[in-house]
Amino acid sequence: MNAYVGTPTSRVDGRAKVTGAAKYAGEFAADLLLHGFVVAATIPRGRIARLDTSKALKVKGVVDVLTHAHRPPLAEQDEAWKDEVAPEQGSPFRPLYDNSVKFNGQPIALVVAEDWETAKFAATRIRVEYEEEAFATDLESERTKAAKVDQPHKPRGDASAALTRAAVHHEADYVIPSEHHNPMELYATTAVWDGNGKLTVYDKTQGVQNVQKFLCSVFGRKPNEIRVISPYVGGAFGSGLRPQHQVVLATLGALALKRSVRVVLTRHQMYGLGYRPMTIEHVALGANRDGTLEAVMHEAIAVTSRFENFSRNDTGWGEQLYKSPNSRLSHKLVHLDVATPCDMRAPGAASGVCALECAMDELAVALKLDPIELRLRCYSDRDQSEDLPYTSKQLRACYARGAEAFGWSRRAPGPRSMRDGKELVGWGMATGVWEALQMPVAVRIVLTANGHAEVSCAASDIGTGTYTIVAQVAADALGLPIENISVRLADSSLPQAPVEGGSWMAASSAHAVLGAAEEIRQELVRRVKAMPASPLGGVDAPDIILVDGTVTKAGDRSRAVSIADIMRHSKLERIEKEKLNQFEEEKSYARNTHSAVFAEVKVDEQLGVIRVTRVVSAVAAGRILNTKTGRSQVMGSVVWGIGMALHEETLMDHRFGRIMNANIAEYHIPVNADVHDIDVIFVDEPDDRINRLGVKGLGEIGIVGVPAAIANAVYHATGKRIRRFPITLDKLLD
Amino acid sequence: MNNFQYSRASDVADAIRLLAADPSAKLIAGGTNLIDLMKENVERPSRLVDISRLPLRDIEETADGGLRIGALVPNSDLAYHPLIEQRYPLLASAILAGASAQLRNMASVGGNLMQRTRCAYFYDTATPCNKRSPGTGCSALDGLNRNHAILGTSRSCIATNPSDMSVALAALGALVHTAGTTGQRTIALTDFHRLPDDKPHVDTNLGSGEIITAIELPPHGFARNYSYLKVRDRLSYAFALVSVAAALELEGNAIGEARLALGGVAHKPWRNLDAEAALRGQAATPDHFGRAADLLLQGATARSQNGFKIELARRAVVRTLMQAANATPQSQAHKKIA
Ligand SMILES: Cc1cc2nc3c(=O)[nH]c(=O)nc-3n(C[C@H](O)[C@H](O)[C@H](O)COP(=O)(O)OP(=O)(O)OC[C@H]3O[C@@H](n4cnc5c(N)ncnc54)[C@H](O)[C@@H]3O)c2cc1C
Ligand code: SF4
Repeated sequence: MNAYVGTPTSRVDGRAKVTGAAKYAGEFAADLLLHGFVVAATIPRGRIARLDTSKALKVKGVVDVLTHAHRPPLAEQDEAWKDEVAPEQGSPFRPLYDNSVKFNGQPIALVVAEDWETAKFAATRIRVEYEEEAFATDLESERTKAAKVDQPHKPRGDASAALTRAAVHHEADYVIPSEHHNPMELYATTAVWDGNGKLTVYDKTQGVQNVQKFLCSVFGRKPNEIRVISPYVGGAFGSGLRPQHQVVLATLGALALKRSVRVVLTRHQMYGLGYRPMTIEHVALGANRDGTLEAVMHEAIAVTSRFENFSRNDTGWGEQLYKSPNSRLSHKLVHLDVATPCDMRAPGAASGVCALECAMDELAVALKLDPIELRLRCYSDRDQSEDLPYTSKQLRACYARGAEAFGWSRRAPGPRSMRDGKELVGWGMATGVWEALQMPVAVRIVLTANGHAEVSCAASDIGTGTYTIVAQVAADALGLPIENISVRLADSSLPQAPVEGGSWMAASSAHAVLGAAEEIRQELVRRVKAMPASPLGGVDAPDIILVDGTVTKAGDRSRAVSIADIMRHSKLERIEKEKLNQFEEEKSYARNTHSAVFAEVKVDEQLGVIRVTRVVSAVAAGRILNTKTGRSQVMGSVVWGIGMALHEETLMDHRFGRIMNANIAEYHIPVNADVHDIDVIFVDEPDDRINRLGVKGLGEIGIVGVPAAIANAVYHATGKRIRRFPITLDKLLD
Repeated sequence: MNNFQYSRASDVADAIRLLAADPSAKLIAGGTNLIDLMKENVERPSRLVDISRLPLRDIEETADGGLRIGALVPNSDLAYHPLIEQRYPLLASAILAGASAQLRNMASVGGNLMQRTRCAYFYDTATPCNKRSPGTGCSALDGLNRNHAILGTSRSCIATNPSDMSVALAALGALVHTAGTTGQRTIALTDFHRLPDDKPHVDTNLGSGEIITAIELPPHGFARNYSYLKVRDRLSYAFALVSVAAALELEGNAIGEARLALGGVAHKPWRNLDAEAALRGQAATPDHFGRAADLLLQGATARSQNGFKIELARRAVVRTLMQAANATPQSQAHKKIA
């Protein structure tokens, strides 16, 4: 019975959020709470020669100033600092560990005071002297130092030779700047001192158990001594996958002072966290005159810090998507004196597919082929890199449905061939692709005699709607109205879940709910059958379902017993079941989501002002659990894609190695005026191989392809190919 | 942020007294600029003199048919005031092109005139900046200067004045009324802001201990043929790369009086009487507008990243004058450029 799954169910936490009842990490109260303010380094590399805290300590209300020279012990081994998302290679950054400065904005002291303003004021009284060291922060000037980190996939054939032979070829660099997440909620932690060395840590994070394990290992604590809770997250987008500075610092403060401590980063300080790394994406495509591909080459050169190798799959998408006998990929890193980058919506793909899909557009122009037609000529029903079939792939339908909704057939092919008064009109499109991952997640369901169920799991809801889909799936599986389901998430003491990321949480948590609900059903079946003169006596267990608060024979509602009656009869107050999800790990299929994105831009011919007037995104992502939250997720991603195309750029002055637009007045993201019609189409994609519900996840797919579709539309409007993002109007002048 | 004293001025004289008594005291009106700068430790006033409750919120007609606008009139109230909408729509438009609705609700006329540059180095105390710390050098000269000035710059500073409202006020020939320890003064808006020369830390000609009490608009509001066009990096809520305030008196297609001011290109709203004189008596054509633009931009120079602004400004001037001539002023709600 699907009363809820697949419907546009409103967020179950919506009311709490709009009324302010939902509490965020920085809002939890504690007795005698202290406030920490972070002092950040102002050089990119060197040593702290002197850190004079005496004046700060004299400020009335200041309790202590923690520094590398004055703090409780911290773990010494790199392994202890490696959280579940840390890059394999490298030595994670450790706040207040020693006197070295590894990047600008690195925390170097924590002023702890009775109130926040005092801490903030006292922070200005701290004097720091550095021994500065030579540094480098500019990817482009250090490009030649790029070192190969991994080969995403084995080369296929001989791509260079094929490229030289190809009748038509296109080759270019696309430059994507570093970008910061800028979630609305500031990074915050309230570490509550429970006494006897025990802490309850309210943290803004995408993974409470990840943070809990991390804190235990960094501070040498037993698992029962630290509990991490993060009921609501005001956006994170990947920046909260790894434990961030403030949670280490708040915990450090609480342990040092044996009092509760809250640390909230400022917006400016959040630019000292991770970010989408700047990349130079070199793409080369060789094609035959008929539009079939002979060679795909993609090399990404990306920024990472000096101390960790962060890299993602930027380059693997083209050779997976498009049929080509030859391909070669490589990913290189340049180590710079900057913070380690981190995941940001569709990490790797957002950048890599942007370059790939711009290159495909350029190839289509060279071949005089319609951009969709080119993609259809290289369409592959198998995953090219692994030579596997997909569990499902309705990308063809995405092209068709998207094109139809957009009106693509009315597009005049030549650049500068469509206009609307003083504006040039451009229509562009691009393909999007992402993975459909699923991870081990456990869920506990407690069914009580009053027909109410509590569903709990350590997974986070970072605003994406996990509370809601968990409630929907549970309501359907237990045959209860959604009002009777309460969901508890994001407490490290709840059943296991990995960080919320990678678009895996919907499928993973939904199937854990199904598993636990099935155990509940079996228990109820056992109980109902044990009842004297049970109306379900003789009915096979698999034919018994849960519906409308009853246990019923499928297809015969006259043979039903209410859950309340069963519980009463069995003298049970509650039935509690916990279950780890199980997926058949079929290595013989590729699992991906796809999309086709269509964009219309209008560009003022004289002034270069760009307006994205329409976007159609047709997404194939298996079954959509909730068409309302799903649509919101994709719309938000499209807005972000507009930003990636036109606005977003973290600006660094490489003479100082400092980010110069570390605030959301100067770091531009789209505002309402930049966002017009966005049409989201979910293409039917039945998938009975991937998992029981046929769910793939929608977290990231919505952004992939959007920047390229817009860039391609700008080219179609103006005849100018901008390969350096963001596309600001100065690039269109001349 | 530093610790500071707080005083609420009981009247203008009290505000002046409090300011004069403490050279590092600062007035606070809406606080939308000052508080941000205090949070970044750029402004470190020893005392805040709160003038937000002083009775400087009136908009009154003057004897000669102009308007006198109190220094504490919120930007929103000014933009939506019927007399402004009818008689000075250029001013209303410029105000609505700036900031966001929430900020405009808080921002005062006086504060808007006094708002400081958005140069990133000015905001970052870890970098050299002559405006913030005289003598330390100008980081923008050879740094991130994509949105810096192209006119009236000096070797000491190439910052721009970010105000939209001031650009319209400059075009309209507004006056600034002040009061200070030595009495009251009236300063032409075009003389109110300074060029940086070798003292970029001084933004305006307002004396220490002096307070803006009102601005005055002359009778002529150019309500028929005007336009304010702001070109920026996103369609709203961004500072100007270039903005243009244009106002024309037209008889048929012949230009009588013309007013032209640029924003986002200099340390002050940029007007050049030669450019306006060149339009007088000419036909309202793109060619003549182009010539005026050239005159207005005479002497423009670029640093490493802001060269595009010269051509952008030229095109924007022509476009805005066309909008004014055609009586199709730029809408600030609909972002398509008219
Ligand atoms: C995110 C953001 C975006 C913005 N975008 C724009 C934009 O696009 N265009 C634009 O024009 N502006 C923009 N602004 C700036 C905004 O217009 C100013 O902050 C506002 O006008 C300042 O007015 P206020 O009353 O808040 O001034 P305050 O912050 O109170 O004061 C600013 C300065 O003026 C002084 N002052 C105030 N009143 C007087 C007086 N009567 N006499 C003498 N001195 C006085 C104060 O001492 C202080 O130095 C933006 C601001 C922000 C924060
Ligand atoms: S341009 Fe002016 S404000 Fe900017 S760094 Fe130079 S001196 Fe400072």
